[in-house]
Amino acid sequence: MGQYIIRRVITAVPTLVLISMVIFSILALAPGDPLSDLALNPSVPPEVRQRIRENLGLEDPIPVQYGKWAKSLFTGEFGYSYRTRAPVIDLIKQRLPTTLYISGLAFLVSVLIAIPIGVLSAVKQYSVFDNVATTLAFIGFSLPTFCTGLLFILLFTIRLDWFPSIYRSTVDGEGLSGLWERIRQAIMPITVLALFQAATLIRFVRASMLENVHQDYVRTARSKGLTERSVITRHALRNALIPVVTIIALSLPGVITGAVVTEQIFRVPGMGELLISSIRNNDTPVVMTITFLFSILVVFFNLVADVIYGILDPRIKYG
Amino acid sequence: MAEASEVRPQPGQSAAALELGGLRAKKPRTLWSDALRQFRKHHLAVAGVFVLAFLTIATLVGPLIWTEDMALIDFSQSTEGVSLDHPMGTDDLGRDIFARILWGGRISLAVGVAAMAVAILLGTMIGAIAGFFGGFMDSLLMRFTDMFISLPSLPLLLLTIYLFRDTLRDKIGPNLGPFVLIVALIGVTNWMPVARLVRASFLSVKEKEFIEAASCIGATRSSIMFKHIMPNVLGPVIVAATLAVGAAIITESTLSFLGLGFPPDVPTWGQLLNTSVNFMQIAPHMVIFPALMIFLAVLSINYVGDGLRDALDPRKTTG
Repeated sequence: MGQYIIRRVITAVPTLVLISMVIFSILALAPGDPLSDLALNPSVPPEVRQRIRENLGLEDPIPVQYGKWAKSLFTGEFGYSYRTRAPVIDLIKQRLPTTLYISGLAFLVSVLIAIPIGVLSAVKQYSVFDNVATTLAFIGFSLPTFCTGLLFILLFTIRLDWFPSIYRSTVDGEGLSGLWERIRQAIMPITVLALFQAATLIRFVRASMLENVHQDYVRTARSKGLTERSVITRHALRNALIPVVTIIALSLPGVITGAVVTEQIFRVPGMGELLISSIRNNDTPVVMTITFLFSILVVFFNLVADVIYGILDPRIKYG
Repeated sequence: MAEASEVRPQPGQSAAALELGGLRAKKPRTLWSDALRQFRKHHLAVAGVFVLAFLTIATLVGPLIWTEDMALIDFSQSTEGVSLDHPMGTDDLGRDIFARILWGGRISLAVGVAAMAVAILLGTMIGAIAGFFGGFMDSLLMRFTDMFISLPSLPLLLLTIYLFRDTLRDKIGPNLGPFVLIVALIGVTNWMPVARLVRASFLSVKEKEFIEAASCIGATRSSIMFKHIMPNVLGPVIVAATLAVGAAIITESTLSFLGLGFPPDVPTWGQLLNTSVNFMQIAPHMVIFPALMIFLAVLSINYVGDGLRDALDPRKTTG
């Protein structure tokens, strides 16, 4: 088992290197110049601009630039934002907790919604509940998050005035009322993300459960005289969750990148918002770092999914 | 089939022979007619086909019938609600939303279909080569596929579009530039599931006896690949293609919604939502109609895909 994990980790390294190369070459191939603003500034003469370029290493050959970039990435040095001059790592440290808080909670909510509904739906296949649940799940994942988000704002902010449509990192108010304010503004972004995620998960849980409830070992459990509840939860569900856990781990990075859209709708000051504003500002170091961080997340959770699957399913050979 | 029509009771002919004659009079059942029969049973999928056909015809023919100029700015009619003159109201500049929706639908649907074609073509080619040749080629291509799966698609899409948008616009044209870029990018970030699917089917089909038989009679490699294996892989590819159209429409509208898709004067459905955000309070119809169109299109595509999956699955018994 330990060996299997180590081998999987080792195979993840070339993937990361390749991804960093892809990200870097997209930027290297791209037109546009981080110093284009300076070119418009009459008080900066061309030779000064040239010297700045050399200082920044923009005149080096591409492989050298990549080497420098990769080396500093692995030493945890992400450079400075062109726009704010602050270290990129500081910007990310400011934004990351919000994103993790929103997407983490959304993720948790989606799992808590999806598993019971998916299981019930499979156990009572073709019942009214199953039909309603599968239809809603179908609608849920056909409705992109920005549509649900905007419709939520229309309904809950403009019509009913229940929740604020803008998420503020600085909430006034102390004690309970301040806490409630903080919870209140997070409800809509979390719900929007969670609903979309839950819709996809419900289908997986239901399908996986359906595969299991008709198997012989479930019939055996029933014929032993176990209660239906224990047959479902202790026998069928345990096996049905094996592929589901993998899907859950695989979909986590998707939830975090999906937050890019949600953060934009509700003006949540998170990583996604930082990414979009940095793209607009031509802030290359920030954009590259965030994109690379998202890739690391994807690779990491792929790894986690594989390892969990290996642990949960004894039929997997560690070959 | 000429003799079949002459079947009539003759002395000395047994009842069984008569029955056989009757059977011969029937049109032979083919794989596709079976699939069609199965598909018709999925009512929601059939409804999806009609909705899609309606949307396509409306966006193609609609602008010819509804001749209101979609770019006509009239501030005296800004953000007006639903009326006979403007069935979906007007936007912030007093432009007719219905006309814009019809035009935008053309682009959104075209992006969906074109991006699907790119993804399917790439995926089928890579999957077929990997599955057919196996060995080193297979592991190389599958590593490549794995790497693409690990790329965080949304951040990369945003990054690439931002960097290359202006150059392409200058080179190919203000409308065609973004179209080509978006279609190519969505295609390039979505072919991986198809490649895996096609590879898996190729691997299993190429071990079958009829392939052995084909190579025994001297069929060339390319004829085995395209004439013998490919038709057997077609079912899952068609399903994947249908679902890819929906996914591409969602991606395009997400990009346009974030302001990194088409330029603001091209009214794709996502773009319409992007402009509507600032006017939600006074003009909710600006949100509702574009969101509804995206939802309708994607929902019906997903239902059609679902129906096709049931219909084309040979393990399902057709009645």
